[in-house]
Amino acid sequence: MRRTRRWLKTGITSAILVVLLTGCGVQVPVLQPKGPVGQEELKLIVFPFILMAIVAFIVFALFAWIMVKYRAKPENEGYVPPETDGNTLLETIWTVIPIIIVVAIAIPTVIVTFKLLKPPTPTVAAKSNTNPNPSKQTVVIYVASSEWKWLFAYPQYGIETVNHLEIPVGQPVDFQLTAIGPMNSFWIPALGGMEMDMPGKDLGLWLQADSPGTYLGRSAQYSGKGFAHMTFNVTAQSQTDFEQWVKQVKANSPKLTATEYKKLLQPSTVGTMDFAGFVNPNGYNGSMSKTGMPGVRAGMPIPSDIKSTGDSSTGSGSSSGKSGS
Amino acid sequence: MESAVNHAMIAEHELQHDVPLEFATEDGSLRVLGFWVFLAAEVVLFSCLFATYIIMHGMTAGGPTSKQLYDVKGFAWETFFLLTSSFTCGIATFEMRRGNKKGVIAWLLVTIAFGLGFLGFEIQEFVADVHAGATMQRSGFLTAFFTLVGTHGAHVSMGILWMTSVVIQIARRGIDSMTSRKMFIVSLYWHFLDVVWIFIFTAVYLTGKVI
Amino acid sequence: MSQFMNFANTFLMWKEGPLIWISDVLIGLTSIGIIAVLVYFKAFKWLWKEWLTTVDHKKIGIMYIIAALLMLFRGGVDALLMRTQLAFPNEHFLTAQHYDEIFTTHGTIMILFMAMPLVIGLMNVAVPLMIGARDVAFPYLNAISFWMFFFGAMLLNVSFVFGGSPDGGWTSYPPYVEKMFDPGPGENYYIMALQIAGIGTIATGVNFIVTILKMRAPGMTLMKMPMFVWSILITSALIVFAFPALTVVLAQLLIDRIAGAHFFSTTAGGMPMNFINEFWIWGHPEVYIVILPAFGVFSEVVSTFSSKRLFGYSAMVGSMVAITFLSFGVWVHHFFTMGAGAAVNSFFGISTMAIAIPTGVKIFNWLSTMYKGRIRFTLPMMWTSAFIPSFVLGGGVTGVMLAVAPADYQFHNSYFLVAHFHYTLVGGTVFGMLAGLYYWWPKMFGFQLDERRGRHAFWWFVIGFNVCFLPQFLLGLMGMTRRMYTYPSGLGWWIPNFISTIGGFMMGVGFLLLVYQIVWSVRHMPRGVADDPWDARTLEWSLPSPAPEYNFARTPIIHGRDEWWYIKRGKFEQEFVEPTIQPIHMPKSSGRPFLIGLFMFVAGFGFVFEWYVLVVLGLLAVLVLMAWRSFEFDYYHHIPVSVVEKTEKALGRL
Repeated sequence: MRRTRRWLKTGITSAILVVLLTGCGVQVPVLQPKGPVGQEELKLIVFPFILMAIVAFIVFALFAWIMVKYRAKPENEGYVPPETDGNTLLETIWTVIPIIIVVAIAIPTVIVTFKLLKPPTPTVAAKSNTNPNPSKQTVVIYVASSEWKWLFAYPQYGIETVNHLEIPVGQPVDFQLTAIGPMNSFWIPALGGMEMDMPGKDLGLWLQADSPGTYLGRSAQYSGKGFAHMTFNVTAQSQTDFEQWVKQVKANSPKLTATEYKKLLQPSTVGTMDFAGFVNPNGYNGSMSKTGMPGVRAGMPIPSDIKSTGDSSTGSGSSSGKSGS
Repeated sequence: MESAVNHAMIAEHELQHDVPLEFATEDGSLRVLGFWVFLAAEVVLFSCLFATYIIMHGMTAGGPTSKQLYDVKGFAWETFFLLTSSFTCGIATFEMRRGNKKGVIAWLLVTIAFGLGFLGFEIQEFVADVHAGATMQRSGFLTAFFTLVGTHGAHVSMGILWMTSVVIQIARRGIDSMTSRKMFIVSLYWHFLDVVWIFIFTAVYLTGKVI
Repeated sequence: MSQFMNFANTFLMWKEGPLIWISDVLIGLTSIGIIAVLVYFKAFKWLWKEWLTTVDHKKIGIMYIIAALLMLFRGGVDALLMRTQLAFPNEHFLTAQHYDEIFTTHGTIMILFMAMPLVIGLMNVAVPLMIGARDVAFPYLNAISFWMFFFGAMLLNVSFVFGGSPDGGWTSYPPYVEKMFDPGPGENYYIMALQIAGIGTIATGVNFIVTILKMRAPGMTLMKMPMFVWSILITSALIVFAFPALTVVLAQLLIDRIAGAHFFSTTAGGMPMNFINEFWIWGHPEVYIVILPAFGVFSEVVSTFSSKRLFGYSAMVGSMVAITFLSFGVWVHHFFTMGAGAAVNSFFGISTMAIAIPTGVKIFNWLSTMYKGRIRFTLPMMWTSAFIPSFVLGGGVTGVMLAVAPADYQFHNSYFLVAHFHYTLVGGTVFGMLAGLYYWWPKMFGFQLDERRGRHAFWWFVIGFNVCFLPQFLLGLMGMTRRMYTYPSGLGWWIPNFISTIGGFMMGVGFLLLVYQIVWSVRHMPRGVADDPWDARTLEWSLPSPAPEYNFARTPIIHGRDEWWYIKRGKFEQEFVEPTIQPIHMPKSSGRPFLIGLFMFVAGFGFVFEWYVLVVLGLLAVLVLMAWRSFEFDYYHHIPVSVVEKTEKALGRL
């Protein structure tokens, strides 16, 4: 009984903790998604949780009752427990009910698993006159992790950023993920689940922010010493503001030189950077128009003179402080 | 007779007579079963290597492909030697069941000779590949190829050493419940390697020559 | 001098700072202390004769358990170092590199060198006694298994002070662990330690399959075996079918690292995904390898302490077999987020959820066994009661939640996952093995562990466990990922982390109390306790505590499940195969298993630093030892009737 009470207590305490923490303005991004993908996933967190919590509650209650009632006490000294071998009816019941529960969870699981492959429905229509690629209603962003930073390229706009993302609100964003070096996992908990990025692979992830704001993203796959610092801010803003930002980057930021790019691929942690395209994209088998950042797309070899060696050196660049901290 | 048997002690004169000699002691039958279970583990081991090879077959990275690399004459001879050795190994078991010590030794020696022949061709093949620049470091395909076929080759080498030791033991002790059990188990191992080779022959060499 | 400094810095890692210096000193002192004690008590001969060369399954089991508890200490210290580091944001108690090494060794040690030997130790101790056998099928091989495990574990531990620990995580995913990104010897240590121990484990699997299938006392059909024996039979089968995948994947990684090949590299057609698939083809069954024996222990304990027959025996067997088959079909759930595709993810999500069905059946059957029983809350039963809610929460609730592939996109690699697998592995395996340890302790040593001190350890550990891991579910939902050596302030992560650290240290206190309980009991508990202190049900309790070398003076004939219980209740009559005591035939002790382990260590060490002279020497020595064995024909001895009778008389059995 004492144990059960303790159990209940711990459970209640932690529940209160969640309420308190969120009440104090602390973010639990997975439970407070800001986009349709995260919301869809939240439904699939809550629904199985409720079903399983009911099962768990029944088990705990039964368990507590049995422990109290059939505990060896001086009063029941000499009580000889009955010899039972099993009960087909009961056993069938507790086999069939879990099967029903599993089926109940499996159906939405499969539906959503397939649904998440498709872009979410835009909540704000993209203005086709300003969109450089009107056939696509979405922003495409190439994502590559290198040791230990995130490189983002906007092929439709010809700009690149490091360790920060800007996206338009209400529009699906098509992230194309790959890695230069060890794999990482691209995770923006407030917008939705993660996807791994691997060298030589080209995985996709759809995300969308429905309300403007700044969300924290990070790597969720260990990749070495600097992994904990692989964070980035995602700023979601209106289409106009987003395009304003693009223009600004194009006008004010430097072009990415070969030297700078090689430096970025060395193991290091850096701050945020913006670049207005590449100086000479052909030096790395990369073609600007097709792939944005050279070496970033799947199958692109790492330039032979770039190999990770030894200790990390803190890279420079138009650093504007470490993001995410 | 190392294991602690359940039912009193079993001496050579208390052997069960309705089964072959290698199963006649409890210890013998335990070991034969144990070896079968071990072979199950070996099946998993080779399955993993085969799976890796099949997945990586196309990962040539601009290096030699299987079509260019595999030499029909070489692997045909290897196959001939190993399959024949499996047959002669079977005859050795047959001779053992007949209690013919000399026959067992002779056929085991023939088996070993065929095994050595197989190894010789395999080593020759590997050396030729390496000289042609097809090393393990060249591509994912070659890494997987050398590992799979090399692991089998290492098993065959181990089998030859083991069989040699069994031959010496039979020569010294004759055929009794222990040597017959050892002979039987090493022959199981040998047939198993033969089966693995049949898969290598079809899944690696024949398939690799076609696609 | 400068050469020496160079050596010290490269291999002894003197530049790494005080943590290493302290460890060096401690290891030195401990080694000197152990040798001094051995010299003082002139115990070398005793140690060699009674323990290092033994092939007795009971002693091997005890050695496994001792090693496992030592490794639990090591892994626990790792855990506390990590929790200390994470107690506050932006802490600099450990550097990133040290933290990375520590979480790697924590995971590796806890799963391979703590959970596994604890399981294997208990099965060594209990299984032959439960089936009426005098030893396992291959006692010599059993000793080799142990020494392979032992020296594998030592190899991993040596890395800490010689050359550097692995830092790729216990899952060791390439391409990060390729030499290009992770050049030190640490990863080689990981590979070789697991390889050596893993091969030993395969041998254990073979050994126990044969033991259980062929060496049961007459009358004990498969469906009359105790549930623990069933769980071990199934576990052994899992070992035989899963561990070779580990052997292969480690060998492939080693070939990549030392030969510059391209299994998992990022260039020349290497495929890192192959590693991840193969690793989890072993890794997921591995989870059941450590949890099914715990299920077996719980079945024995629940039935014994409720004084009731196990409810739904055949359903229990069936559910374990179902779990076994399913466990080979769920491995992709460890990487739903690696782009396997929607169809694949759906399949593996559903197969994973399906495992909840047989597991649920087991939980309900345990509850029904307790129902209408008379439950005695002794230590084994207490640990079992702590297991049920933990496992329902860890394996049941969060297990199913994680199986929902789209939701897993939010859980994967987060602290939610960390909390989940600690609930299953600590709440399942560790609680189960501790229950088993308390349960069979009197049978192993002939005295009981003090109940009151054990309760203290229990409450500290169990409450600490929940305080430690419940907040981690929340941390995961807050976006904290595993393997972060530090975190910034301002995200609200501090309070849950701090609470978790407190819980971690409470578990540490619990462990120390457990050790104190053992030490106290060794000194003060009365010896020669009843042979059947729990009023238990299975055959091992019909033997003296501790059981004599030969276990059974005469082989029993089995009439049904719970044989001993019904003999005590007069329903069965105790019968033996032999009418009188016969000479008993037992294997001889041998020092060669120890040497095989030692030379595997030498070869493994050679691989780590690519010093091939050592590799060749080590492997040649192993080959010679194996050949020596092959030419040995006289490796058994007989215990004459007079000695057996004397022993039995001394035990009050005649």
